[in-house]
Amino acid sequence: MIIKLSGGKVYDPAGGIDGKQQDLYIRDGRIVDAPEPGAKIDREYDLKGKVVMSGAIDMHTHIGGGKGNIARILLPEDHRMDPVHRTDLTRSGCGHAMPSTFVTGYRYAEMGYTAGFEPAVLPINARQAHMEMGDIPILDKGGYVMLGSDDYLLRMLTAKKDQQAINDYVAWTMQAAKAIGVKVVNPGGINAFKFNQRKLDLDEQNSHYGVTPREILQVLATAVKQLGVSHPLHVHGCNLGVPGNVNTTLDTIQGIGGLPMHLTHIQFHSYGTEGDFKFSSGAAQIAEAVNRNKNITIDVGQILFGQTVTASGDSMRQHANCKHASPNKWVTMDIECDAGCGVVPFKYKDQNFVNALQWAIGLETFLLVDDPWRIFLTTDHPNGAPFTSYPHLIRLLMDKTFRNEVLSTLHPEAQKMTTLASIDREYTLQEIAIMTRAGAAKLIGLKDRGGLTPGNWADITVYTDNADRQKMFEKPDYVFKDGEVVVIDGKVVHTKWGTTHIVKPDFDASVEKGLKDYFDRYLTMKLGNFKIGDDEIIENGRGSLTVHPLVPN
Amino acid sequence: MTEIIEVPSPFCGIGTDDLAVQIDGLSLKVTANGCAVNTPAFEQPITDTAPRVAGKIVSLQEAAAKAAELLQSALQPFIGGCATDVNGMRALLALADRSGAVVENMNFPAARNNFLALQDSGWMNTTLAEVKNRCDLLLVVGTDLEVFAPRFFERYLWNAESMFLDDTSKRSVIYLGKAPSGNASTSPTGAKAQVFECASEDLPEVIAVLRALVKGRPIHAQSVAGIAVSDLQSIADALKQATYGVVTWGAAALNFSQAELTVQTLSEMVKDINDMNTRCSGLPLAGKEGDQTANQVCGWTTGYPARTRFSKGYPEYDPYLNDSRVMLNNGEADVLVWVNAFNVNSVPPETSLPTIVVGRSGMTFSQEPAVFIPVGTPGIDHAGHAYRMDNVVAIRLKKLRESGLPSTADALSAIEQALKEGSV
Repeated sequence: MIIKLSGGKVYDPAGGIDGKQQDLYIRDGRIVDAPEPGAKIDREYDLKGKVVMSGAIDMHTHIGGGKGNIARILLPEDHRMDPVHRTDLTRSGCGHAMPSTFVTGYRYAEMGYTAGFEPAVLPINARQAHMEMGDIPILDKGGYVMLGSDDYLLRMLTAKKDQQAINDYVAWTMQAAKAIGVKVVNPGGINAFKFNQRKLDLDEQNSHYGVTPREILQVLATAVKQLGVSHPLHVHGCNLGVPGNVNTTLDTIQGIGGLPMHLTHIQFHSYGTEGDFKFSSGAAQIAEAVNRNKNITIDVGQILFGQTVTASGDSMRQHANCKHASPNKWVTMDIECDAGCGVVPFKYKDQNFVNALQWAIGLETFLLVDDPWRIFLTTDHPNGAPFTSYPHLIRLLMDKTFRNEVLSTLHPEAQKMTTLASIDREYTLQEIAIMTRAGAAKLIGLKDRGGLTPGNWADITVYTDNADRQKMFEKPDYVFKDGEVVVIDGKVVHTKWGTTHIVKPDFDASVEKGLKDYFDRYLTMKLGNFKIGDDEIIENGRGSLTVHPLVPN
Repeated sequence: MTEIIEVPSPFCGIGTDDLAVQIDGLSLKVTANGCAVNTPAFEQPITDTAPRVAGKIVSLQEAAAKAAELLQSALQPFIGGCATDVNGMRALLALADRSGAVVENMNFPAARNNFLALQDSGWMNTTLAEVKNRCDLLLVVGTDLEVFAPRFFERYLWNAESMFLDDTSKRSVIYLGKAPSGNASTSPTGAKAQVFECASEDLPEVIAVLRALVKGRPIHAQSVAGIAVSDLQSIADALKQATYGVVTWGAAALNFSQAELTVQTLSEMVKDINDMNTRCSGLPLAGKEGDQTANQVCGWTTGYPARTRFSKGYPEYDPYLNDSRVMLNNGEADVLVWVNAFNVNSVPPETSLPTIVVGRSGMTFSQEPAVFIPVGTPGIDHAGHAYRMDNVVAIRLKKLRESGLPSTADALSAIEQALKEGSV
């Protein structure tokens, strides 16, 4: 069966196509070359005047795993504001800040997204992350496994194990947890919190292990690179939310010595201490450092105003911030000598100086970083705002007049502390396509996704061009997933199950010797029962695994 | 005859996964690391292998068709029990969504004590491996821990080695409220737990005073519910002096009215201690026979714990109104579906309503249900996933034998399929 998409204006940065009118053909779920003249076209969509992009990819969104489910259970009052009815096609659930799994899939697809990646998969909680993502329809998914506060790694560092041993452990963990990347959250800090340390700077030692965050970043970034994992070490840095942390972030960039590194939700790590309130924007310095250091990629973690819930592995910083909980309830957990988590509901207010400036800092970052291939559009869902606010965020980036109108309504002191009004840049459609499609696929290392040239899977989103970019991006005309129409006019018309993207870096099998001994002595589960089998993902016919290639060193 | 080792148990809630089970045809024998909870649950023999409608043996398809017919004509179905694995809960929630049922996990009345506290103010909790390696003081509130989980102390407190304690036998154990029924809490070197007994229903008062003492508030009384305030002061001091204190309670054991307020006081006390330059964590005990599993899967599927209704076409959570006892007694439901794949003794509540039972083979009834579909047990008859008490670790359950019994998911999906076909 051949499907033809006729006459759309194609924005495909991966294929070097910038708004050119052209036809696309789909066969067996993939984009193919134009068939021989006279070949039977089974279905044709007339897309004249429409904007065509590949399906969007959210490279950092908390959609699977224990802390998200704690956030759900914690906030029944938030769900009650946004009940979602079942239909003949779709399951019921809830929406807003932390939607139910099925609703997550539907609402992402209805915005033109076809993949989402959970950035904080605790190895010991990886089963849950995959089971939740297994209940998210339509989307492809994957996860970055969290290391850096696990006692096994810190013991290795204290014992001065060599890089090869660390690489084996990292690769083994990625395979056991079925991951496509590695994340570190407050490097060593979650562990230090268990020893009653309440902050941990880049060069501050863990009181038990004597290891610093800088050392952890160095060995993990090296491991990821040497293993050939495409996605650079995904870093949630030290001192999240602390005024003055811009210096920590700059030091982190400098200190990694040219190794590939992705700094996530950098907005939360770009704060200075200037001004009457001792809180200021460090976005210009951060953007300058990112522009200069080509080994660095970032996503923003934009905040938008309203009620949300913050769910993070950073138990240390979440505990420090629990006094801001709104409504006033919060959870932290220490988890299995592996990691931790903290869940704090949060209401960002436009008349609050700090919140207003956070908003401006995120937008400054977007607009001051030159290379759209190295910056990604995120709200760190749900931490900065729920993912459903992306169309609004895209309008803020693409429409200077609208942006400045919003800015003029914010806390007046915050307006004085941002250069935002003087920044003229407006993102183009091609730049949006880079940030949310081609760049994300390239960064994660997704083969045959994020592009529209023949050979790619047919994940395609079609929009009606509209000067109001929010309206345009919140209601695509069509969304195709693996060549099947799943959304028409912004509504799900068909559901299916996506695949789980992973990599399988090599390790020396002898790594299990030390691990088995450690599991038997100190953990609460047998090593064999810890590893996630392929069957756990693919049973019931719901899921599949897609193994992506490693990058030769 | 074969023996399978490193078998995980879905029955005890503490995630033991070191059992050895000998398999001889369909009969199982726990040959290593059994306990009073796990051994009988594994060794329970299979009896029924065929579904019944009104007592007559039928095929699974016929049973599903009859169940669907009952659900189709019902105004308000109720799905109780909810004791199964992750896939069983997925199928259960799909059926509830389609039939507009109310869903309730049978242990919700106990779990509610925790959920109401969580949803009102939150908590700071920990998990079993942290207890095993860090806990230097365990305060057990109102619960006979070794009856709840016979191997808790052996596995998580008196373990030979820990990463951060030089000598695990020096850990302190304090019981407040209920006294232990055995000696599991006595350390390997013979040190007995401290015990401060009071009646369960006096715990709200006792815990309120303990929290006040932790915060340094003056208490004029000399004793509370028979416990000397000086003893409570010593507990408060011990918690503040501990490096990593852990406060544990069984929500089911706190069997008095508005026990959620006691859970809340304990949880807020734990938070207070974390602001006094040391660490302390809560550890709620639960996780038996799929209760954490039910709440986790219901949580990600609906946003709410497992006392949720679908009758309006979307999930609505109400921890009081969706109570099976209330609804069944008041005639607010007209068909009962009872799901329990773990425990043959956990039969549906007595009711005159037409009842569909999806239950572990071996279940017997004083009154034959309208439909009975005997199913296999997750972790014995089929693979699956179950949550441990700390809610973080999902254990991968193994298939141990070839019984041919359908899983809960098979049975409930067959009913949902029949309902779907019948409604077209």
